Amino acid sequence: MDDVIFQSLDTLINGLNAKQFSSVELTQLYIQRTKAVEPKIGAFLSFDEDKTLKEAQASDKRRAEGASLSELDGIPIGLKDIFAEKGQPLTCASRILEHFISPYDATLVQHLREAGMVLWGRLNMDEFAMGSSSEHSAFKMTHNPWDLTRIPGGSSSGSAAAVAAGEVPVALGTDTGGSIRQPAALCGVVGIKPSYGRVSRYGMVAFASSLDQAGILARRVSGVARILSILCGADPKDATSARKPIPNFLADMQANKGKQWSLGVSDAYFQEGLNPEIRQSVEQAIEFYKNLGYRIVPIQLKTLDYAIPVYYVIASAEASSNLARFDGIRYGYRSPKAQTIDQVFEYSRGEGLGPEVKRRILLGLHVLSSGKYDAYYYDKAQKVRRLIYNDFMDAFKQVDAILAPTTPVPANKQGEKDTPLAMYLSDIYTVSVNLAGLPGMSIPCGFTQDGLPIGLQLIGKPFEESTLLSIAEAFEAGHDYSNCYPLL
Amino acid sequence: MTQYEAVIGLEVHVQLKTKTKLFTRVPYHYGEAPNTLLNEVVLGLPGTLPVLNKGAILKAVAAGHVFGCKIAHQCKWDRKNYFYPDAPKNYQISQLDQPLCAGGQVEIELAGPARNIQGEHRKVALNRIHLEEDVGKLTHGANETCIDFNRAGTPLIEIVSEPDMHSPEEAFAYLKSLEMHLRYIGASDCDMEKGQMRCDANVSIRPVGSTQLGTKVELKNLNSISGVCSGIRYEIQRQIEVLESNGHIEQETRRWDAEKLVSTSMRSKEDAHDYRYFTDPDLFPITLSDEVIQAQRDQLPELPFAKQERYQQELKLPYTLTSVLCPDCFLSNFFDQTHALYPKNPLAIANWIANDLLREMAGKPWSELKLTPPMLAELVQLIDGQVLSKQNAKDVFVEMIQSGLSAKQIVQDKGLEMKVDIEALKAVCQEVINAFPQPVAEYRSGKEKAINVLKGQIMKRTQGKAPIDLINQLLIECLNNKS
Repeated sequence: MDDVIFQSLDTLINGLNAKQFSSVELTQLYIQRTKAVEPKIGAFLSFDEDKTLKEAQASDKRRAEGASLSELDGIPIGLKDIFAEKGQPLTCASRILEHFISPYDATLVQHLREAGMVLWGRLNMDEFAMGSSSEHSAFKMTHNPWDLTRIPGGSSSGSAAAVAAGEVPVALGTDTGGSIRQPAALCGVVGIKPSYGRVSRYGMVAFASSLDQAGILARRVSGVARILSILCGADPKDATSARKPIPNFLADMQANKGKQWSLGVSDAYFQEGLNPEIRQSVEQAIEFYKNLGYRIVPIQLKTLDYAIPVYYVIASAEASSNLARFDGIRYGYRSPKAQTIDQVFEYSRGEGLGPEVKRRILLGLHVLSSGKYDAYYYDKAQKVRRLIYNDFMDAFKQVDAILAPTTPVPANKQGEKDTPLAMYLSDIYTVSVNLAGLPGMSIPCGFTQDGLPIGLQLIGKPFEESTLLSIAEAFEAGHDYSNCYPLL
Repeated sequence: MTQYEAVIGLEVHVQLKTKTKLFTRVPYHYGEAPNTLLNEVVLGLPGTLPVLNKGAILKAVAAGHVFGCKIAHQCKWDRKNYFYPDAPKNYQISQLDQPLCAGGQVEIELAGPARNIQGEHRKVALNRIHLEEDVGKLTHGANETCIDFNRAGTPLIEIVSEPDMHSPEEAFAYLKSLEMHLRYIGASDCDMEKGQMRCDANVSIRPVGSTQLGTKVELKNLNSISGVCSGIRYEIQRQIEVLESNGHIEQETRRWDAEKLVSTSMRSKEDAHDYRYFTDPDLFPITLSDEVIQAQRDQLPELPFAKQERYQQELKLPYTLTSVLCPDCFLSNFFDQTHALYPKNPLAIANWIANDLLREMAGKPWSELKLTPPMLAELVQLIDGQVLSKQNAKDVFVEMIQSGLSAKQIVQDKGLEMKVDIEALKAVCQEVINAFPQPVAEYRSGKEKAINVLKGQIMKRTQGKAPIDLINQLLIECLNNKS
């Protein structure tokens, strides 16, 4: 079984085309695997086996009639429980949406359906994508497949863990401040957060609208590239989606093979607090690229120190407003204790939202409050955000992409980061990418002595995912980390 | 006793008449069953996003032009955050510091000393016009409150005046003018009963001669134009009484009760909301090119006060007729089209529309009207050409409205064409003069009205087919000849 479930999407596509297995058989493999390892991993919040198998049957039927919708027709994919899938639960790992069934499809889910993909399960996350460990899921903890006592990262915890554990070949996640790249790094898989606006946000429950972006986690670079190709494009239902030509990423990667790029490296990412083993792995990656003939250019990112405070001001402010709709009036949890309208709001939200979500809402309410200074914090943060963007754009005058560690430390033990500040600092290398709206990736670049995966972060120019994927694939081609999988 | 002057500013919300809502393509019509004009965006379901309806922007730009506002080349959307069950997202998408339209003024006409005398015109300064989405509607029952989200998300413009009015009558004229102009350009039907126009009033008073503003009180729940008037009148009197009894006026929001004709305090300044406005990250700023802004200006129709001026100056129509035709876009268009086809007799056309047409169509929608401007032009032409007598024309008109047949057709079918055999008519005149010596004698002795008796007799004998002017002319000839 392992020889199939841990394969790349390319291999699975070839297997379907060569009739080595049908979509139903392939889907069954992942369903069996899920059932076998879920007690240890806890990546799924829910799944609907019958529905999924029906989708696989439909795919096989299309294939038999020569009417496959795309190369990906029949390949299973997991969804973070933040994407609306018609008829399925949409909980965002929150009590307040515990029994909510989505009546509509997210635009990205429509794209997956149009490609004929088989939707397998709803994946765990930190509540409303706030957190980086799954410890803030209202329902369950997801365990890192490489060490079950450790966190898988987050907030796309289930997406990363499920791919790493072979429960799905690929999964969708979301990344507001690192929520795809950080768990991808901690679970040893490939993760991409595209440029802001590259893919539609319609039907993806909003945390921080100006930072949120959906992305992909898979075992290999070509896997995320294949899925990204079908997700891209302007969406008439999302005003912030970009009207840009839709690239064929695989073709671009093919065309870019052997190209020697220039990569920026900034001291800002190698400061105190960076785990020495991670430092070493990333430095080895730099050496690797040097040996490929890439130019390594030292760059300055002066404003990066401000990224964390700016991020928490903006993200919390937007979240406080985005999450106001969860009020117990039209849908979701309503407190049975509520007698008056104010109590409906107060008790439903008080009982339905978890402590981390409340903390960020309170922070957001505070930074938006008028009082002495009109939205002073929020406006100021937006100005600094612009400076961070400018810093990156200055750097990109000299380089094609920036190399950095994805996380300062490898996966920690569950319950270890017991203060919010310690948790917030774990996003230190990732949030600036969201603030600047840039594409970012994490690819496996080694293991610690304890056998924990290490992630290499690649940061690109706006809408130049092709470059990023090409650089990532060059690294992957020279290393064997993507063939490693955890023993469960 | 101190003389006080009232200072009034109005905030008027007007529902724009667009095919679909402001941020999603769901249609809106008044009067549908509750919660039927919805989708996931209207309900604020998790994951949904707003996408601007550009048609609403264009309508709002047109409204801005009507009132001479400066139209912004760039404006943005802000979220106004507050918890209330009629707001599906618990925030409203509005415009805080970059409204679509700034400045401008609304020309108003105050009531004249008599119905047939034009009242004074003046201009009320505007602060701004901005766009925002509407919320749902709450209906409070004894033990429950129902929410209808049909209205939620429909486009509103908020028209904010400067504190530039000084009497309930001016406020009344201001609302009438807004209503007239916005209907004219098809921006809104402005029916207050249907919630298409809603008004809050800021009222303060100050001693006459003072230039400082007094403490303002915001009046809400003013549900009709006359309600606005009564509410403001009550509030001015209340404030005067407070000051006269050495009290001081609280800055507060008061609710007008249109049944009891009193206002009661809703909330004081201390309870004012902190709306935590910030730029909506789901929507990019709107940019409008000079071309788009100019195109909206070019498409504006002739506006009612300008039209009224033209009717009076160029067409010499009396004020009473123009005051019926001009405020109504349909009537004045009907007039203009008819007049264009037959420019010789605007007064007759205006009379037919303002009197007969309105009377015949009372209580019926214009969509049922079978009369067209070419049909009316033909009718007036037949009368002026002495083919159809004025008295028969009334019946022909009614029949035209009912049947949709042309005047010519009806005249032909009924044999109503006037006979213009002058010799025969002269003979009839002479007959009548001979038959009625008394009125003849009275006329000749200077009692001119006596001639009407004779005219009536002639008309009777010619079955109304002789043109009255001709009868008049021949009769006078005969009467004078005889001497």
